Amino acid sequence: MAKQYCTFHLADLFFGVDVQEVQEVIRYQEMTPVPLASAVIRGLINLRGQIVTAIEMREQLAFEPRDPEKLPMNVVLRTEDGAVSLLVDEIGDVLEIEESLYERAPETVRHLVGDLVPGVYKLDGQLMLVLDTKKTLEAVAAA
Amino acid sequence: MEEPDEITKEFLVESYENLDQLDQELVALETEPGNTERIASIFRTIHTIKGTSGFLGFTELQRVTHVGENLLSKLRDAELDLNQGRTTGLLQMVDAVRSILGAIEETGEESDDRYDELIGELERLLSPDADAPEAPAAEPAAPEAPAAEPAAPSAPVPEAAADQAAPEAPVSEALEAEAPVLDEAAPKAQAPEAEPKPKKEESSARGGHHAVAETSIRVDVGLLDDLMNLVGELVLARNQILQHAAGTDDTAFVSTTQRLNLITTELQEGLMKTRMQPIGNVWNKFPRVVRDLAIACSKQVMIEMEGKETELDRTVLEAIKDPLTHVVRNAVDHGIESPEARVAAGKPATGRLLMRAYHEGGQVNIEISDDGAGINVERVKQKAIDKGLLTVERASRMTDRELAMCVFMPGFSTAASVTSVSGRGVGMDVVRTNIEKIGGVVDVANRPGQGMTLKIKIPLTLAIIPALIVGSGGERFAIPQVNLLELVRLEGEVARSAVEHIHGIPVYRLRGSLLPLAYLGEQLQTRPAEEARDLVDGAINIVILQADERSFGLVVDEVFDTEEIVVKPLGREIKGIATYAGTTIMGDGRVALILDVLGIAQRSRIVSEHHARGGDERVAAEDPRLERQTVLVFQAGQDGRLAVPLDLVSRLEEISKDRIERAGGCDVIQYRGGIMPLIDVTSTLGKMPADDAQGLRQVIVHARGERAMGLMVDRILDIIEETVEPQNIGYASGLCGSAVIQGRVTDLLDIRGLIESVDPDFFGDEAA
Repeated sequence: MAKQYCTFHLADLFFGVDVQEVQEVIRYQEMTPVPLASAVIRGLINLRGQIVTAIEMREQLAFEPRDPEKLPMNVVLRTEDGAVSLLVDEIGDVLEIEESLYERAPETVRHLVGDLVPGVYKLDGQLMLVLDTKKTLEAVAAA
Repeated sequence: MEEPDEITKEFLVESYENLDQLDQELVALETEPGNTERIASIFRTIHTIKGTSGFLGFTELQRVTHVGENLLSKLRDAELDLNQGRTTGLLQMVDAVRSILGAIEETGEESDDRYDELIGELERLLSPDADAPEAPAAEPAAPEAPAAEPAAPSAPVPEAAADQAAPEAPVSEALEAEAPVLDEAAPKAQAPEAEPKPKKEESSARGGHHAVAETSIRVDVGLLDDLMNLVGELVLARNQILQHAAGTDDTAFVSTTQRLNLITTELQEGLMKTRMQPIGNVWNKFPRVVRDLAIACSKQVMIEMEGKETELDRTVLEAIKDPLTHVVRNAVDHGIESPEARVAAGKPATGRLLMRAYHEGGQVNIEISDDGAGINVERVKQKAIDKGLLTVERASRMTDRELAMCVFMPGFSTAASVTSVSGRGVGMDVVRTNIEKIGGVVDVANRPGQGMTLKIKIPLTLAIIPALIVGSGGERFAIPQVNLLELVRLEGEVARSAVEHIHGIPVYRLRGSLLPLAYLGEQLQTRPAEEARDLVDGAINIVILQADERSFGLVVDEVFDTEEIVVKPLGREIKGIATYAGTTIMGDGRVALILDVLGIAQRSRIVSEHHARGGDERVAAEDPRLERQTVLVFQAGQDGRLAVPLDLVSRLEEISKDRIERAGGCDVIQYRGGIMPLIDVTSTLGKMPADDAQGLRQVIVHARGERAMGLMVDRILDIIEETVEPQNIGYASGLCGSAVIQGRVTDLLDIRGLIESVDPDFFGDEAA
């Protein structure tokens, strides 16, 4: 069994989310900041009339802030409550990955990214962290 | 020919729908006579028609359906079997009903046709041994063509044609011509008349016959909602194009844009109308609620309704349903006294509950008045203190009106006992919360001993609302117009000294009373804390808002325009922030947040979160200092909405542009045998002229004795009687302030200043 993942880079890590959950991937969009919202929420994007909340993944995962010169990319997720965008550093390819390469995230990794990353795919030459989008959005809403 | 009234029309549409189904059901029933469910369904349909026809006074229809119903009830109870004769009888009854309905549709009343024979036949079928001796049409085709069948032996038209013609087109004109022949051919000719008539007539007849049913269709509400969303998108796209068009010289593009603008507006209005429903749809259940409740509380209550036809967007209607029910129950339970108490108080034993709805300034007002005891403010005060909702000290400072509003406090209930009806103390605050949730306002007018009126003001629709766009810290925010009272802009020295502080809390003196201020930049942290209260460009803009019966001033960096905005919900991630009510997309495609005025007020502690009331006597409509004024509202320039007091307007004239001449360095016109100078208000105020003037200008004539001055404007919009609170803002020369008129910010034209700028001696005599 193989599964398709939409991949992206964040800091020095390589992530993937189930391609079924991704509505689209778009370049940086102008955003309207939301005063008083938590720092995770970078702003609101007008995506063809649909208002999308943009979530700074570096902030959510407590990474270093991004170099202000570099503009983030949007991974727009489809959710029950409309679309949400994850701001990431760079977009990777859509990969088709064998389920057999999956392994539960080791405790040490969990330590770093909490339970947002339930598992890891051991790819050739690199590891791909699976991002649990549902948990991520729950964490954002709770923030 | 008389048009059937609304109720009759509805009855017709509904009955036609039911009858179409009935034909199929009866036929299907014949193949499986034992299906009691089907009989019951047919029974209900006929029963409904019978009931309504009795109510509407259609006696013949009632007679026919009554006997049909009897037959059906016996069939349903299995006292009789359904044989072909009975089916035929029932189908004939359906046809008779159809032709009576046809007559009603055309003339508004029943025709003179009598259906005694059919009734006799149906009664005969009621006897257990009745067969179908008179139904010679035992052919297989008969059930589908019930009306045709008695005529079959002599029918000049082939059976197949009769099949179609008969059930659908029993038309009276055809009826008369053919009647004699048919009477012979078909002894119990009720519907068969239609059958042999020429094809041509048939089709035209069909057109007329189902007119009522065919001009209205049922549409899935979800589809309308989707369309509404799309129109919302279109409005946004239109706004963007308009903005783009403003910066180009391409006239073809600009004029196309204007057409697009108009069409979009019309489309939006049209679609909005499809979602409108009369408030009567919600009210209709109240007479019953009131009756049952009055009986339960041993009271006598009469309910009256005015403005049932007032229309509201269905989402709004949905949202006010429960609050209204609660208010009505409350009025009966708590408001209206027992008959004995009423008589003792010198009032009629029967209490009166009046519900009124009407449109006003783009909003809907709903008033629920009763002539009961009203709110006993002393009791309210005591109760609020007992429950710890108010301190004694605070309560003593409150006015009667504020105390009356206490009934909306959470956890408040004055009913001595908890009844099954109301009195759990969770009622009125929920009413208010629900109304405010949809951008509405609740107010109480209390007449102790004489009753009270609850006034609810709600927007027509929730999807697209007018809003004022303001700027803070470089970002734009939308403030719903419903919350807006007025705008104040102070410049220069005045701006620096305008804001005073009480223990660090900023206040502004507005016409003598203190207005608490909140700085938007400070509340939203869009400006650094240390400079959040600094002036922007040496000026201060105060947007005066109403939240929770209290007014306060919100200081913003910039005030832009008012715009129709499409409200979009907040995403789950930011829903929890109380300061925002939603989002919208601006003309340039950027997202803007819609401010929740109550949330801002609570955040800045102007309104405590417990909805406690402060002393605010400045609600415009209630303030005796402000008189209602009649103003002429007009347009000058593409976006200029202005007003002048009507008593300064002597006449209104429409002139063509080529009548304008030049004299003494200014525009003049020959007017009433003299020369009248003209002032172009649009260009004087530095506004872009509106393009649709088409060679005609509207002139407001201000005459004083022998002299007259004409003010040229683009369009006269309206004459309105409203409470106008002018603000001496000093935006621009030629204006003497702004006010909210009809819920929109309107500049007030300084006629005197304007005229003096052209002719300093115009008012010379009295100035001296």
